[in-house]
Amino acid sequence: MFNSDIIIKVTDLHKSFKDNHVLKGVNFNIQKGGIFALLGSNGAGKTTVVRILSTLLKSDGGAVTVCGYDIVKQADKVRGCISLTGQFAAVDDSLTGKENLRLIGQLRRLPDTNRRADELLHTFDLENAAKKQVSTYSGGMKRRLDIAMSLMATAQQRQVLFLDEPTTGLDPQNRIAMWDMVKNLADEGTTVFLTTQYLEEAEYLADKIAILHDGRIIAEGSLEDLRKLFPPAKKEYVEIQPTLEEIFLKIINEKKAV
Amino acid sequence: MTQVISNSWTMTKRCLKTSLRNPDNIAAAIFIPAIVMALFGLLFKNVINVGDYNYIDFIVPGIILQTVAQAVTGVAISVNNDMKKGMNDRFRSMHISKSSVLTGHVLSAIVRNMIATAVVIGVAFILGFRPQAGFTEWLIIAGLLILYMLGVTWIAVICGIIAKSPEAAGTMPFLLFVLPYISSGFVPVETMPNVLRQFAENQPMTPIVDSLRALTLGLPIGDNLTLALFWSVLIIAVTFVIAVGLYKKKT
Repeated sequence: MFNSDIIIKVTDLHKSFKDNHVLKGVNFNIQKGGIFALLGSNGAGKTTVVRILSTLLKSDGGAVTVCGYDIVKQADKVRGCISLTGQFAAVDDSLTGKENLRLIGQLRRLPDTNRRADELLHTFDLENAAKKQVSTYSGGMKRRLDIAMSLMATAQQRQVLFLDEPTTGLDPQNRIAMWDMVKNLADEGTTVFLTTQYLEEAEYLADKIAILHDGRIIAEGSLEDLRKLFPPAKKEYVEIQPTLEEIFLKIINEKKAV
Repeated sequence: MTQVISNSWTMTKRCLKTSLRNPDNIAAAIFIPAIVMALFGLLFKNVINVGDYNYIDFIVPGIILQTVAQAVTGVAISVNNDMKKGMNDRFRSMHISKSSVLTGHVLSAIVRNMIATAVVIGVAFILGFRPQAGFTEWLIIAGLLILYMLGVTWIAVICGIIAKSPEAAGTMPFLLFVLPYISSGFVPVETMPNVLRQFAENQPMTPIVDSLRALTLGLPIGDNLTLALFWSVLIIAVTFVIAVGLYKKKT
């Protein structure tokens, strides 16, 4: 069955690191457009999933297609349609902010590298630091540049944007700015694949949420779907909707009890 | 193909910018050989018997090989840094030529090497180096040196790929700095003890040193140049294949 609206298809994905069986048959599909959030505790394997889907790591078994291409057999095609912001800032400290952006633009052979770099510097509030060496940047500035570099691409080249814990280490103000930016990207048609340990981030951003626990996806759906799975626990004078955080912890604990 | 050339050129510019902003490496590649040259030239010139030669003239080829060895430590360190940091993940997740990452390091290293070598030859002049080479000889010297630099740089790239830390990567090429001592670079091989002599006579640096010496001093070159070219091309071919293979395997 072929569904053209599905941009990422993960079937029975397995991965072990020596004795540590991290992914034990992960399955999920992601629709084109919108924001998909992968949640999980530390060490659940979120980053492993991202690294496999972005062709950086080989899986031990299972099938994955991104943009309709097989991530193993057509890795170059996949690389041509994704952009990655990994967990660790992928910026060159010896270059300036603008030089970093131009580097990526030239590697991707964009037609108007200079103008695009200026636009992104403006969007990410880095104009004043454009000509400073990145080694002088704060953590938040590096993170913003990092994401800007992932956007230094044609829409075709970033049909899927992977953001692995994009707001870790950002102050609240920058975090909210980042959220707005991610929403804008999704509105423009980019499919955003987000991992996060901040549940309110997923609650605010994600159209679809999957919870990775003990090597498998144990719950999947929109926030509303997840709420239906676990009806509000407290009914008093007002109905208190459970926060995603409560849902998350409850699911995890129930699984542990089984 | 245009993708490979375009990517490699972009990567080379990146590495050149980086080297300009971290000039310590090129400075070390100039100072250390210059100090060795001054020490040997001034301290040992009356002790070591090299026949009719001026001792500075005699050691310049060996010193040049040491300059190259010192200069490539920077490649090993920067390749290792790239392997460890997030930047490498970004490159790998992009649809670009994989070898261009390494090519950028190598080509920029050749530029650094040529600058360091030119300055060291300048220092040699101050210390009394008086070459007899004409324009053609200098061209051949430059060509041979570039081949040698390419081979040695790819060796340093391998060090950068296999080393566990940038510090380790930076010390691995030290062997290349020591090897010219066990060649015809600083003393005539005939004066060496038997085992060392066997090694010195057959290792690639000896024909390269002998070629450079013959070219700079206007001596008969014999089959040294052929041997030197053979060794240089062989080293490039082998190290290139190993380096790219290791890089692809590791990434």
